[in-house]
Amino acid sequence: MQQLAGPIKYQEWNLDLARKAAQEFADHTGGLMKALHKIQETFGYVDDSAMLMLGKVFNLSRAEVHGVTSFYHDFKRSKPGTYTVKVCQAEACQAMGSDKLTEEIKALLGVDFHETTASGDFTLEPVYCLGNCACSPNIMVDKQTYGRVSVDGFKALADSLAVAAKAEAV
Amino acid sequence: MSIKIYIPRETTADSLGAELLVKAISTEAQYRNQDLEIVRNGSRGACWLEPLLEVETESGRIAYGPVTTEDVADLFDADFLAGGKHPSLLGDVEALPWFANQERLTFARCGIIEATSVSAYESLGGYVGLNNALATDSNGIIQEVSDSGLRGRGGAAFPTGIKWRTVADCKADQKYIVCNADEGDSGTFSDRMIMEGDPLSLVEGMTIAGIAVGADKGYIYLRSEYPLTQVILEEAIANAEAAGYLGENIQGSGKNFTIEVFMGAGAYICGEETSLLESLEGKRGQIRFKPPLPAIEGLYGKPTVVNNVISLASVPVILEKGGKHYAEYGQGRSLGTMPFQLGGNIKQGGLVEKAFGLTLRQLIEDFGAGTATGRPLRAIQVGGPLGAYFPDSLLDTPLDYEEFAKAGGMLGHGGVVVFDDSVDMAKQARFSMEFCAVESCGKCTPCRIGSVRGMEVIDRIVEAETAEARAAEHIVLKDLCETMESASLCAMGGLTPIPVLSAVKHFAADFEQ
Repeated sequence: MQQLAGPIKYQEWNLDLARKAAQEFADHTGGLMKALHKIQETFGYVDDSAMLMLGKVFNLSRAEVHGVTSFYHDFKRSKPGTYTVKVCQAEACQAMGSDKLTEEIKALLGVDFHETTASGDFTLEPVYCLGNCACSPNIMVDKQTYGRVSVDGFKALADSLAVAAKAEAV
Repeated sequence: MSIKIYIPRETTADSLGAELLVKAISTEAQYRNQDLEIVRNGSRGACWLEPLLEVETESGRIAYGPVTTEDVADLFDADFLAGGKHPSLLGDVEALPWFANQERLTFARCGIIEATSVSAYESLGGYVGLNNALATDSNGIIQEVSDSGLRGRGGAAFPTGIKWRTVADCKADQKYIVCNADEGDSGTFSDRMIMEGDPLSLVEGMTIAGIAVGADKGYIYLRSEYPLTQVILEEAIANAEAAGYLGENIQGSGKNFTIEVFMGAGAYICGEETSLLESLEGKRGQIRFKPPLPAIEGLYGKPTVVNNVISLASVPVILEKGGKHYAEYGQGRSLGTMPFQLGGNIKQGGLVEKAFGLTLRQLIEDFGAGTATGRPLRAIQVGGPLGAYFPDSLLDTPLDYEEFAKAGGMLGHGGVVVFDDSVDMAKQARFSMEFCAVESCGKCTPCRIGSVRGMEVIDRIVEAETAEARAAEHIVLKDLCETMESASLCAMGGLTPIPVLSAVKHFAADFEQ
């Protein structure tokens, strides 16, 4: 299985930058969701310090902002690994052995769901359906979906991703 | 002369290396001094043939598939640009029984044209529907949609014409069209395919809906698991704007309509329409009490049409060819066509658009060619994670809303997931409860707590040491399911018992390990 995309470069957390990003959406429909997406994409997570800031931008209480942020699986509260690997857990992938694939991936990376490898290369997450159900089992690495993933295929992919992460870090 | 070849820019093809294939072919062509143009179409829906490459030759389009980067040099050696012989040669893809036996109305253009090109779209009947809509009035459009018999393709199957009529009859300073593209049901991908392969059909359908009910603002609420879809949709919207099909004074009609793509954030429940509206307002995706219906008080309390992608994408062909033409397909109260999605353990998976009425067996055996593993088929889940599990004895059930309900199932969004005989149905039943627990919005107790209790009860059933103990737990499970069914606020908690109880009913032995 060949690597299809390189790592996403997240910026170091910067509250001023996050505020600027949020202010752009201050009077948008669903502005808070858009701001959270933008912050998540820029930094890889939404820092705790963003709660009060977002409340001020959108005229909400800190609790309301926390309520929205914590409701959605996509918004993370701590810095993820270089790559986020999502393994589909839904029925179509189950029918093609995703349970076994998940176990093998967990063993290979040495982490459970919602954890990051010691190397900092991978954060593992579950996902429920990637909409590629005729080519199961599926995984997603950042924004790239991979179909018909085998254990060996994943091993090769993980190796090349780790190499790319190191090259990026140099 | 430059030769045209088609390689899909679409998630399935992409997940199997289509992007690498495009690069490899470009490089090889350059190396061989071969002038060629690569057109990025959507997928035709035969996922089992992806990446599917087509060459435009004098004798029509010649297909090769599945093609990988390793085949590229061989393909050039075999003179594939002239339709040369190669192990992956398929010939005219539309002549394959898999395609020839389909009835494509909504997906007529999907995979054939360059996905985001307005002129390509127009060349195959695109925007005829909108022009017809502009030539008539609100009543005329809604009548046509009512005549078509179109029912909500998202799963609830509510008549689209009635919903539009309700919104059209509301007096308000602002109305909205909201497209539900939060396709979260496992085993479904038709929304994604049409949005990636023929996005302008959705854009046109939404525009027609806007004109029909008097709304000038549309939103597509797209799930974040579809990043490529977002790129393609936004490109299509920009192209439609540039061509005067969106924005102000559409085609000189004085009507305005704009569309914005709004990204979800990984919450299954946001596929429920009121939860979706909350999310679109930037809030937690918790469901609202109904009534009021969104048609009367929807986004920001304004009258709102919330329709599924396929419902809206079916509108252009209805306005193009007439509601009566569409209603000639199908049977009973299930009129028109349905894009069924064959997934899971299936040999020839993908999208099959057919008139309602074919049987599950025809779909799985004739189109799907059986299981991918080659083992005997044991269970089929139709309609997503809230749909029933059927045993092979129900394979002759016709795919029709009412017939499916009679058999204790539901057609939902048309997703069909096949399992072979290695499946453990007690595990599947437990998963249904687990999924509900993970994805419940938490607003009502039967769903939030019931799903957790459901997992525990199923565990106790499986671990029961005596038949009496097991029977006692089965009573608890049945009782719990009854509570969830009748006391949950929305379909999430209300329908989770369907897969659970169908597994218990049809696969009782799996609960006695």
